[in-house]
Amino acid sequence: MTTTPVLEAVDETLETQGKPPLNVIYEWLTTVDHKKIGLMYICYALLFLVIGGFEAVLMRIQLAIPNNHFVSPQVFNQLFTMHGTTMVFFMGMPILFGMGNYLVPLMIGARDMAFPRLNAFSFWVSAFAGFLLYFSYIGGSGLYAAGSAPDVGWFAYAPLTSKVFSPGHSTDYWTLAVFLSGIGSIGTALNIVTTILCMRCKGMKMSRMPLLPWLYLVMSGLVFVAVSPLTAAQIMLTFDRYLGAHFFDTQAGGSAILWMHFFWIFGHPEVYVLVLPAFAFANEIIPVFSRKAMFGYPAMVAASVAIGFISLSVWAHHMFTAGLGPAGNTFFVFATMVISVPTGIKIFNWLATIWGGKIIFAVPMMFMVGFLFQFLIAGLTGIMLAAAPFNWQLSASYFVVAHFHYVLVGAIVFSLFGAFYYWYPKVTGKMMDETLGKWHFWLFLIGFHLTFDFMHIPGILGMPRRIYTYEDGRGWNTLNFIVGIGAIFQAVGTLILVYNMIRSYYKGKEAGHDPWDAWTLEWSVPSPPPSYNFAIEPTVNSRRPLWDLKHPEDPDTDYE
Amino acid sequence: MSLIAGTASAQSPTNIFDPAGTPARTAMGLSILVLSVTLVIFLIVAGLLLYAIIRFRHRPTDSDREPAQIYGSNQIELSWTVIPILIVVTLFLTTTRVILVTEAIPKPPSAMDVTVIGHQFWWEYNYPKLGVVTANELHVPISDPSSPTPTYLTMSSADVSHSFWVPRLAGKMDLIPNRVNTMWIDPQATGLYLGQCAQYCGTQHAKMLLRVYAQTPQDFAAWIEQQKKPAVQDFPGNAAAAEGQTVFMKNACINCHAIKGTVATGRFGPDLTHLASRDTIASGPVPNTPENLRKWVNDPNTLKPGSLMPAMHLNDHDLDVITAYLTQLH
Repeated sequence: MTTTPVLEAVDETLETQGKPPLNVIYEWLTTVDHKKIGLMYICYALLFLVIGGFEAVLMRIQLAIPNNHFVSPQVFNQLFTMHGTTMVFFMGMPILFGMGNYLVPLMIGARDMAFPRLNAFSFWVSAFAGFLLYFSYIGGSGLYAAGSAPDVGWFAYAPLTSKVFSPGHSTDYWTLAVFLSGIGSIGTALNIVTTILCMRCKGMKMSRMPLLPWLYLVMSGLVFVAVSPLTAAQIMLTFDRYLGAHFFDTQAGGSAILWMHFFWIFGHPEVYVLVLPAFAFANEIIPVFSRKAMFGYPAMVAASVAIGFISLSVWAHHMFTAGLGPAGNTFFVFATMVISVPTGIKIFNWLATIWGGKIIFAVPMMFMVGFLFQFLIAGLTGIMLAAAPFNWQLSASYFVVAHFHYVLVGAIVFSLFGAFYYWYPKVTGKMMDETLGKWHFWLFLIGFHLTFDFMHIPGILGMPRRIYTYEDGRGWNTLNFIVGIGAIFQAVGTLILVYNMIRSYYKGKEAGHDPWDAWTLEWSVPSPPPSYNFAIEPTVNSRRPLWDLKHPEDPDTDYE
Repeated sequence: MSLIAGTASAQSPTNIFDPAGTPARTAMGLSILVLSVTLVIFLIVAGLLLYAIIRFRHRPTDSDREPAQIYGSNQIELSWTVIPILIVVTLFLTTTRVILVTEAIPKPPSAMDVTVIGHQFWWEYNYPKLGVVTANELHVPISDPSSPTPTYLTMSSADVSHSFWVPRLAGKMDLIPNRVNTMWIDPQATGLYLGQCAQYCGTQHAKMLLRVYAQTPQDFAAWIEQQKKPAVQDFPGNAAAAEGQTVFMKNACINCHAIKGTVATGRFGPDLTHLASRDTIASGPVPNTPENLRKWVNDPNTLKPGSLMPAMHLNDHDLDVITAYLTQLH
């Protein structure tokens, strides 16, 4: 007979009713509980999602018609710099770390992260970084001149960031914010790796671990290798700007290409840092709503690890137009194309998981279906961009913008939204409203396709990215107008999500332990889970402990 | 698919699928191949996905039993590993061939050389063998495939990174300070080819436009002859232009601009020797008319905010005469 997790709650919970408000605030500010830290990450990231989205809408209004004067060139350049930096460092990373923080210990049967205080430190340093970046709007150039946010692009190519071309302090705000966020990310990654390797519950061999912690393990490994060079580059750039070093200062003989290498050695693996958690959510949600076990678990793990390694050797595909020469270009074409093999394996395994199932189209699954189709297209345009001569035409054009938003929004954000609807009952004990959820899904889906499907075409018609306006007669007008409409749809969809989250917290119907009839350990504890998660450390015998409990006639253990 | 249909029908002077030179045409050949392969993959996988979500959706009439649990299949998984590897290898080899024919073929002796320097926010063109320096409007001879005369662009930057992109002629190549990159173009039909800077380079990145005039060898030779001449020095019967010349030479203009044969030898801004022979000013966005020239000299930021040329704060009379002078620089 299988041993099953014990479903006893301890009395201390997230429940705050009846406590004086100051105590509640103090409790959150000083908490080392992985769930509270996870939630703070998520709330903070949602704030930046709204800010970054607002910046995107302003940009699309400016570009909706040719020769528009809605914002000035300076403001537009600040908008795209802040949008990119915000969405990668202050929305994407924190929200995924927040989800990991919340879910990983629960799913591996641990009572907290390995280093709870490091965890709190990592959160607060990341949060501070975000606010520091936005403080630049007040404290940028010189003496509190308003409106001097960074305008060097989120990629901050040298030598535009050197003192000569970027006087004042706006670039310093960018550098310091990214540097601090890097410290936070590395701290969290270290914590996740240690937690997964050392704190799994009894019986949870690596080969029995759910796929979500597996992917967070690979993601955290990538964070070490990718974020460290970025952090080093920020220090070098600060040395250039304040201590007279010349790493990237081309006026004094420094190298602009060196910065590109540093940045993309971070920047490409970063895409996988962001997308691996999205895969992780899909791996948990798709099987539950198809009512089937994950097809090809070992292959999924192997593909994830392979993606982790290969992603470290593809960075220079961002530099096909920098003149690396045929030998360099050829190598990076190959590495980039090869990564489509493990990625393809994942898509096929998800397809096989759905195949023969009984698919329940609740909101989380609807987002997953969107994720699957859009990630497929994102991958295919990725192959196009990997073909260097095609890339010479398309890089730095709107085709690229469309492609990576297909990855970042079409895949990652869709998967993340699915994950919100899926785990919200666990976190709050309340169900999210399905009707509002469907409104959110359809508005966002339509908006996404209006924006990013059409955005490919201006790229093919020669429209470069990062331009604040364009002239009439290039064949870009209608397309940009449609793209702008789509952006507004997406914004409305996102606001519905935020409204739904707040409303459901107060008015949602009770969720109970396990509203989705799911199989992993987090569904064995009450919703919301008590402090220290498990009253008694659980023991598992298979990958799906709750399946075994519910289906003693057909346990997983027989198949492993 | 909407993507391809849209592309085919869209009329744009910068459509990458309407090539007019060899590098752009070879890239398009590869593009069509990659597009076809990915389209087939898309149709197959998306079709299977669509079928699966429709066929296997939960129906109210279904029994309560969970579906059969299938944990994997080595044969199936092996097949969808091996087949993609074969596709990748094919695409990789084809891509490599196109990279080599674009980047690694020897330069023919009949090639013409142009040095391109990117500036915030304009283009400097130097024909070293012909002794001509110009700005913002690149003139090249068309290349007859039977006796090709491609133009080799040797490119660098004076300040930050830029990128040279004329989609109908070739893909883009970055201009990076302290580094020399090369690319080549060989337009095969006369005409004006548009493009613009493709690497974010600061405030006015958006209005750093590219104009390439492809001319018959005769027209091109005539243009070169005219550009080689020094600028007009005396203006009989045009007192305003003569006075404008004096104003120009006495002001800070000469620190940044060169006019061949005069004391103006500045290199920071565009060479103005034959300014009046150009169709546009400010690197493309505005037509070269006396009104625009006057506006530009008075305050460049009204036409191109973020331009690095300072407002000259001249009085109305000086503005009039300097405009009269500039319009005489044929």
